[in-house]
Amino acid sequence: MKAAVLVFPGSNREGDVAQAIELVTGRRPAMVWHGDGDFEKTDLIVVPGGFSYGDYLRCGAMAAQSPVMAEVKRRAAQGVPVLGICNGFQIVTEAGLLPGVLMRNAHLKFVCADVHLKVETSQSLFTNRYQAGQVIKVPVAHAEGNYFADAETLKRLEDRGQIAFRYCAPDGTVDGSGNPNGSINNIAGIFNETKTVMGLMPHPENATEPMFGGTDGKALFEGMVEALS
Amino acid sequence: MKARVHVTLKNGVLDPQGKAIGHSLNRLGFPEVGDVRQGKYIELEIAETDKTKAKARLEDMCKKLLANTVIENYSIELVG
Repeated sequence: MKAAVLVFPGSNREGDVAQAIELVTGRRPAMVWHGDGDFEKTDLIVVPGGFSYGDYLRCGAMAAQSPVMAEVKRRAAQGVPVLGICNGFQIVTEAGLLPGVLMRNAHLKFVCADVHLKVETSQSLFTNRYQAGQVIKVPVAHAEGNYFADAETLKRLEDRGQIAFRYCAPDGTVDGSGNPNGSINNIAGIFNETKTVMGLMPHPENATEPMFGGTDGKALFEGMVEALS
Repeated sequence: MKARVHVTLKNGVLDPQGKAIGHSLNRLGFPEVGDVRQGKYIELEIAETDKTKAKARLEDMCKKLLANTVIENYSIELVG
């Protein structure tokens, strides 16, 4: 699996995700600068976390209009898988690759903590190494992770099985206790209709080696390798 | 000419920042303050003399970048 990791001014998790990809593929991904309107063809495009353009105007709003994102939109339309993590999730929603928006956390605080996620489906190239209903532990680090979509969009996402992960309690109960940011329906990650684009607020790339405090995120990368190699 | 754009959260969209501002004002001795909604104000210098054309261009700017219409409304005011 050959991957590209985008780099914007203000990205800060591009190295973490590149390392996670290298860990499972043995291959360093291509790092692609935001001004590049064209870059080598890859099996996967990752939009990493950070504070692109200093979160000016709205998180991800400026990055979504950058030359590299115009090319990502073209490739996504051709079916090239795109993974947006944290600020990357904000960027792909602002770019229109996923519906909805990430708003300021309901409690207005930056949250940096391990959270539990319930895997909603194993039927995707991103989640095929997990079991539906499985609970995993990964970290979050964000101030704008409060997912919101209008009622019609939300119903469509739920009906079509486009929810990838939900925040939950350690025992898998999906309720307010496990929700770190006020996200609607406890949504932590979603797919597009074809499940070739996934965005999530938590950082699976930071749960790939025991020294990080957990390895539950590793299967996400292993699953992509299996699906895309 | 100059354009003034106001971006505000749509009705029904939770505004925790507005709420926090309201609480602070109440605490500071302004009990008359009820619901508070906060937003953004953007001033733009536009190289265009035709108001209709400028308005259409600004609509486009709002939809493409200045506002996220999933959660935000915008209003445009042209000056001079």
